Amino acid sequence: MKFSYFIELFLSGLTKGSIYALLSLGYTMVYGIIQLINFAHGEIYMIGAFTALIITTILAYTGMNALAIAFLAIFLAILYSAGYAVTMERIAYKPLRNSTRLSALISAIGMSIFLQNYVRLLQTSDFLRFPPLIPEFGFMRYVEHIFTSTQLVIFVSTCVIMIILTIFIKFSKTGKAMRAVAQDRVMAMLSGININRIISVTFIFGSVTAAVGGILISSYNAQINFNIGFMAGIKAFVAAVLGGIGSIPGAVLGSFVLGWTESFGTGYISSDYEDVFAFLFLILILIFKPEGLLGRSTKQKV
Amino acid sequence: MFSIKNMTKAFFISLWIMILTFPLAVIKVNTIDKTVNWRWFNLIYIGIITFITAFLWDYFLKRNKEDNDRKKKSFLNIIADKKKYFNRPEFKTLFYGALFVVIMVFPFVSGLYQINVMTTALIYVMLGLGLNIVVGLGGLLNLGYVAFYAVGAYSYALLNKHFGINFWIALPIGALFSMLFGLIIGFPVLRLRGDYLAIVTLAFGEIVRIVLENWNEFSFGPSGISGIPRPGLFGLKMNLMQNSILIYFIMIVLTAITVFVVNRLENSRLGRTWVAMREDEIACQTMGINVTKAKLTAFALGALWAGLAGVMFAAKTTFINPASFTIWESIIILCIVVLGGMGSILGVIIASFILIILPESLRFFSDYRMLVFGAILVVMMIFRPGGIINAKRKVYQYKGKKD
Amino acid sequence: MKENTVLEVRDLSMHFGGLYAVDKANLSVKKDEITALIGPNGAGKTTFFNCVTGLYTPTTGKIFITPQGKKREEIDSLKPHKITNKGIARTFQNIRLFQNMTALENVMAGRHRLLKAGILHAILRDKKTKEEEEKVVHDSYEILEKIGLTKYINELAKNLPYGAQRRLEIARALATDPFILLLDEPAAGMNPNETRELDNLILRLKEDEKLSILLIEHDMSLVMRISDRIYVMDYGKIIAEGKPEQIRHDPLVIKAYLGENYNV
Ligand SMILES: Nc1ncnc2c1ncn2[C@@H]1O[C@H](COP(=O)(O)OP(=O)(O)O)[C@@H](O)[C@H]1O
Ligand SMILES: [Mg+2]
Repeated sequence: MKFSYFIELFLSGLTKGSIYALLSLGYTMVYGIIQLINFAHGEIYMIGAFTALIITTILAYTGMNALAIAFLAIFLAILYSAGYAVTMERIAYKPLRNSTRLSALISAIGMSIFLQNYVRLLQTSDFLRFPPLIPEFGFMRYVEHIFTSTQLVIFVSTCVIMIILTIFIKFSKTGKAMRAVAQDRVMAMLSGININRIISVTFIFGSVTAAVGGILISSYNAQINFNIGFMAGIKAFVAAVLGGIGSIPGAVLGSFVLGWTESFGTGYISSDYEDVFAFLFLILILIFKPEGLLGRSTKQKV
Repeated sequence: MFSIKNMTKAFFISLWIMILTFPLAVIKVNTIDKTVNWRWFNLIYIGIITFITAFLWDYFLKRNKEDNDRKKKSFLNIIADKKKYFNRPEFKTLFYGALFVVIMVFPFVSGLYQINVMTTALIYVMLGLGLNIVVGLGGLLNLGYVAFYAVGAYSYALLNKHFGINFWIALPIGALFSMLFGLIIGFPVLRLRGDYLAIVTLAFGEIVRIVLENWNEFSFGPSGISGIPRPGLFGLKMNLMQNSILIYFIMIVLTAITVFVVNRLENSRLGRTWVAMREDEIACQTMGINVTKAKLTAFALGALWAGLAGVMFAAKTTFINPASFTIWESIIILCIVVLGGMGSILGVIIASFILIILPESLRFFSDYRMLVFGAILVVMMIFRPGGIINAKRKVYQYKGKKD
Repeated sequence: MKENTVLEVRDLSMHFGGLYAVDKANLSVKKDEITALIGPNGAGKTTFFNCVTGLYTPTTGKIFITPQGKKREEIDSLKPHKITNKGIARTFQNIRLFQNMTALENVMAGRHRLLKAGILHAILRDKKTKEEEEKVVHDSYEILEKIGLTKYINELAKNLPYGAQRRLEIARALATDPFILLLDEPAAGMNPNETRELDNLILRLKEDEKLSILLIEHDMSLVMRISDRIYVMDYGKIIAEGKPEQIRHDPLVIKAYLGENYNV
């Protein structure tokens, strides 16, 4: 009994961690490249999920096959999220590339509030039911009470996306350029790298993984609302900091650690304080190990 | 400005935005009734708005680049710049005299609702000026400012509930508690880099709210505390109207004190330290300035004013619960500081009145309030990072040799 | 000989991961002398300054100062503001002025450590505080006068011409009332005219202010003209040390600079 409760918490932490991982990647990559906490990243996740919901509902009337609907909805939602992310970067961040970090950060906060209320005003402030996009797999029948098919898909897709992304960043030309820009923007520019393109690509990658995360979690929670992105976004940022901001494996590790902390914290201590665990964890990490679990300690260049 | 090139550019931008906003703006699904509502008009509105915005955006972005800061003068700055007129003693007397009369007469010619809105605006002026010390002068982005406001409000509410302590004694105690809380939190977190500081303060703000919501024995949970007494005056019996007028005048006095103090601080050794720290923390250290200490004083003083405002809030509404102290409250106060101009007292006052009174008086506006606030933050950072009123540095006169 | 050494750096190393930016460097600055630290870009000169001023904590090594009429003391591992309070001031290679403060306020900020007013003084503005404020304006003005910047007193630092900004950095450093002044490429980006003026300024600081100066500079003619002693750094190591004439002909130095466009 006790052990199965532990397993249950472990698995729910794993699911949470997977979602945080999908979100925190965007934070860590954007931070690595333009040193900005992209506050509006959580809204991209929310917009991805909302778009998927809208498209699924419309397509359902056409009587299309459920699997085809799911694929089409996810594909379009990803496309739209990427569109929003790139547009947002152009409008709110690009003009501020040479101003202070404080200005860019405030602009990002503004963007986040704007997008939330944009969706609230044009859609609704109520929770909407989100249709299950992931079918129940037959082979999951026996473990379904503690680990559903959706959870399995969440975990597997997170792993797959991580692997693809890591390979891309390690070996592709664009990936190498991204790393170069992250290391030294001026030098990268001088060696002929198109900075604007690299920044856009970074935002696109972040938004794609965020949209996938948003759709999967909404499908898992079976509901959606205009501000689901805000707390999730902040938590994912916490995960990125936890792992060492700028480091992709760090973001993944941080996400799982955070997911488990929350899930065990709520399971064994109190469910009222779910967010408090994450935030206390963040504060402790920043005070005692500000470079994070896998981040390298760097001195600010003077 | 109206060249073909600009037109086509604006056209394509608005086309892109229309495509982008299409699913969210046009389609509205009802997942329960399984109905779809197509709102094509939204698309047209968005198209027109973005077309115009794209125009203006480009135009102002270019103008911004051309004008350098020295020459850039907005309408409001020109007013603020008319030092020549403004500094003439007769004008000054006239202005302050008129202001005084308006302030004195206002509560006696307006209704209860207007007085309350005015008091609320003044509370935000105080919050704005307090946060202005932290963000505007010190350059420390504090997204958990509302936590200090909450400490002030709960201090009064709880001290009164448990010990019957009255408003006048609670006012300084609440401020002090809030400041102590600022020192306790500030000590570990102020070493962090600017953007981490923003997140950590946000986290603290949320922790405070969640604790208030869940620790029923201490804070009475989400239902909050009601029946908080309004301030009295020498045991006089007052009706609601008279009491609201009293609160209004207390707020006027407190705001005046705040303006006075912040103004004094700004042009002092300490104020220079804060601004220097905002401008360049590293250079600041090599000037022999203890940055940690400077940050801590800014943080604690900011908290002090939030505490005062919190006590006033509790006394005014007679009821508080955690819902009044969400992150959005912090964002609104930040918006006041950003719109007003980092470090400008007059700007913060004007911005509070715009942001608090406008949505109160125009119901239409109140729905769009947060949307507009978000847009304000972005637009201000891009076009006028100095705020509607650029904080002017003090002009010093050299008085000649001293010996 | 030890008597007139005001700054002594012993076996200083600063490692960034595998990069040895400064590698067991030894250097001393003598009283009332101009000591130059030269070397190709990336040699570790600025890092050396950052260690001395406490912005970086050195990996290993010791740093001592001997203020006038006082005992020698160790200053490594002190916080930057403490080091400034001991009498070391510096300028930055990439100008780090307080951009949105006026020139006078920049200097007044530098005066910070010599003032006393706290929060209550600032609010109440008593007589003593008023006098202190008047005095700091007066003193700061005089410093600007010395550096020749009086026409900019109420201009924001960011609006000053480039050369003036560099000089304002020096003025701000002087405001802390140091006995050792570290200048990081003060002539960078200046035209020949401005450089010549700077030349005079630095010599004047040495003579009139009795300052001991450590100077990083790429303009070799300037270095040769005004330095009493030169250290050459390459890949974090001090590879030569001596009087200007010795350095000019040192084969190691010539080799370090080979391929670069310095007119040694
Ligand atoms: N904070 C830092 N982190 C990592 N490397 C650094 C840091 N500061 C300086 N370096 C490296 O140390 C080396 C020396 O730099 P620097 O002292 O600026 O050289 P110089 O001033 O002689 O041109 C360079 O390779 C530089 O990249
Ligand atoms: Mg250098």
